Amino acid sequence: MKKTTLFKTAVLGACLSSGVAFAQSATDAIAKYREMIAEGNPSELYEAAGEEYWAAPGGPKKASLQACDLGLGPGVVKGAYAQLPRYFADTGRVQDLESRLMTCMETLQGISAKGIADAAFGKGLKKDIEAVVAYVVTHSRDMPIKVPMSHSKEKEMYAIGRQAFYFQGGPMDFSCASCHAADQQRIRLQDLPNLTKNPGAAVGWGSWPAYRVSNGEFWTMQRRINDCFRQQRLPFPLYGSDLTVALSSYMAINANGGVLMTPGLKR
Amino acid sequence: MKNVSKNKRSALGASVSFSVLIGVTVLSGCALFGNTDYSERGHEVIKTSFRAEGIAGLDRIQQDSFQALCSNPVASQAKDTEALRVSMQNKALAAIAQPADGNYFGDWKQGERIAQSGRGATWTDKADAENGGGCYNCHQIDKKEISHGTIGPSLWNYGKLRGKSEPVVQYTWNRLNNSKAYNACSNMPRFGHNKVLTEQQLKHLMALLLDPASPVNQ
Repeated sequence: MKKTTLFKTAVLGACLSSGVAFAQSATDAIAKYREMIAEGNPSELYEAAGEEYWAAPGGPKKASLQACDLGLGPGVVKGAYAQLPRYFADTGRVQDLESRLMTCMETLQGISAKGIADAAFGKGLKKDIEAVVAYVVTHSRDMPIKVPMSHSKEKEMYAIGRQAFYFQGGPMDFSCASCHAADQQRIRLQDLPNLTKNPGAAVGWGSWPAYRVSNGEFWTMQRRINDCFRQQRLPFPLYGSDLTVALSSYMAINANGGVLMTPGLKR
Repeated sequence: MKNVSKNKRSALGASVSFSVLIGVTVLSGCALFGNTDYSERGHEVIKTSFRAEGIAGLDRIQQDSFQALCSNPVASQAKDTEALRVSMQNKALAAIAQPADGNYFGDWKQGERIAQSGRGATWTDKADAENGGGCYNCHQIDKKEISHGTIGPSLWNYGKLRGKSEPVVQYTWNRLNNSKAYNACSNMPRFGHNKVLTEQQLKHLMALLLDPASPVNQ
């Protein structure tokens, strides 16, 4: 692909410059690459599939998702992602986009939520929900992050999310905070956003879900969190579990006031 | 180095273990970040939101006393836990095994390889796969490697700046084995204590840091 070649050329150019300058140059090259393909983020393919899925009858009940309430009323997609996670009275739970879509697919379409959770990332029912995620988040792009914390359950989820963020475990004693609780840190050349406050929280929360150039896949926030736990050497977080929703509540509320850049584009 | 003198206080270790246990239980059971109402529910959520996958079993969310204390960013830095932290550190320091054959050094070339590798211990790794130290993820080490992280301090010229005296050798060995023996909530993994690296791998890293022939000390 032409764009990939351009990227490689840009990176090669950075490699040829002096070593000290490399870290900055690599970041710049990635930024330049993002700019170049901003008009054609491959997430668009997922978004198109998601838009189609949203409107087409599907599942055992042969129903579409058009009656799905993402927090702004049945069928309202525009701006919905900017105010998630939030409390939903019908389930009595705080839900992020993915756990909410599981509810909609189960109640409206008759698709088993467990089946969605059990599917591998990028495959089967997961592939369907990921496409819908791409569709929904695109319709909150450039909007301010405005996640509510008025309901007591929303306050509780934020507090649990903060507790989970600092929870250490595993053979390396890692927590989310090991990498994401201080400014201006890097792992290798990768910048690490400080997710405990803005602007870092908005940079992190606001740029996922994203298309990942390195493996050519669209990653939802659930998948992003899942891989963070893998790298923390912890066990497998259950898809849509309260732990993952709480972490999203913590990040999103910390990011309030920032702007969504979804779907993002990552290395 | 002044840190090594803490070795002499190791005898304290055994006698404080009981108070350490009590302290951590109290910390994890009550006011976390001032949200007394939610912390119990938080533990429940964490406990029930994982499943075992590959080599990453649910035992990995069973916290030891260090993990429990350091999961609270307020208490872990608070003045009133200082005595507890010091006693935990001293106990950890006393428990570090020194090399059975008295030789602290392997091959710096293999040390560099271990420092470069960030692999191992995830649920996608096999149980018999060799773990890396992932040292470059957080530290500058050999200056020629420009892809290094910044979470830990630079280790460039580590041995050249410090020499290779016995206290330096022992401090470095102890840090690699159990960094929390010097700072209870150090971000650095306890490579020896948690058996992430073998004794032989730790010796290779010692050589990378302290061998005058290592590129780190040029």
